[in-house]
Amino acid sequence: MYRLLPHPMLTLILAGIWLLLVNSIHIGQIVLGLLLGWMIPLLTTQFWPERVRIYKPFYLLRFVGIILIDIVQANFTVARLILGNPDRLQPAFVSVPLILKSDLAISFLANVITLTPGTVSAHLSHDRCHLLVHALHVSNTEELVNTIKSRYETPLKEIFEQC
Amino acid sequence: MLEIFVSLLILTGAIFTFIGSLGLVRLKDFYTRIHGPTKATTLGVGSLLIASMLYFSSLEEIVSLHEVLVTLFLFITAPVSAHLLTKAALHLGLQSLAKLPGYLVNTRHHEKKVK
Repeated sequence: MYRLLPHPMLTLILAGIWLLLVNSIHIGQIVLGLLLGWMIPLLTTQFWPERVRIYKPFYLLRFVGIILIDIVQANFTVARLILGNPDRLQPAFVSVPLILKSDLAISFLANVITLTPGTVSAHLSHDRCHLLVHALHVSNTEELVNTIKSRYETPLKEIFEQC
Repeated sequence: MLEIFVSLLILTGAIFTFIGSLGLVRLKDFYTRIHGPTKATTLGVGSLLIASMLYFSSLEEIVSLHEVLVTLFLFITAPVSAHLLTKAALHLGLQSLAKLPGYLVNTRHHEKKVK
């Protein structure tokens, strides 16, 4: 089972992407999409060193919703900061200690940090314990770290890693 | 009615994309500049795509959804490129308004390049 269908979820996602690409839901396209979704993971198995497991799919949906809201807020925040006086900005590098272990969860977190309010993930330390984050305007670095940890890291840990 | 809504969305998108690019001019150092294009543009492109989805769905009477893919790819690629650009900047030791973290400065071998 595992050898024939290494990543069932990836299969579904690829099929979905194919249907979106061709922009139709004919039976033929669905079959073709599923076929592609089955073959591509088989051909690229060596790029997937660890098996992707999602422990709480509904959490993931809620998390994506939260992120989308945050992205919209982030845009307004950054727009205001850019239009305001650039000399008053207090940019800072903040080091966020990580409790996440899996590669996927860490890259997810780094992506989310870059997409949300005034922060860009800059560097992951070699021991994978600290993520360096550049913040556009920050008055209280501890608060920023706490926000990132409670708002993004904890849900990601519950979704991708077994507690 | 729909046309007004679509044009409002396009306008919002254009304004946010513009603000994002404006950030490149107004902000002072590389690390802050990278914030403009990665964020202000996500909402900008997002509303442009929603406008496109609404318009073509009403025009062709089938739901046009491949714009979702553009959003998806944008949300995956924009942070990755921003991350790599920042990483490269840190590696080269570009001047920064913010204090560079100590452990990076200490481990860098080309300290004389940094002024």
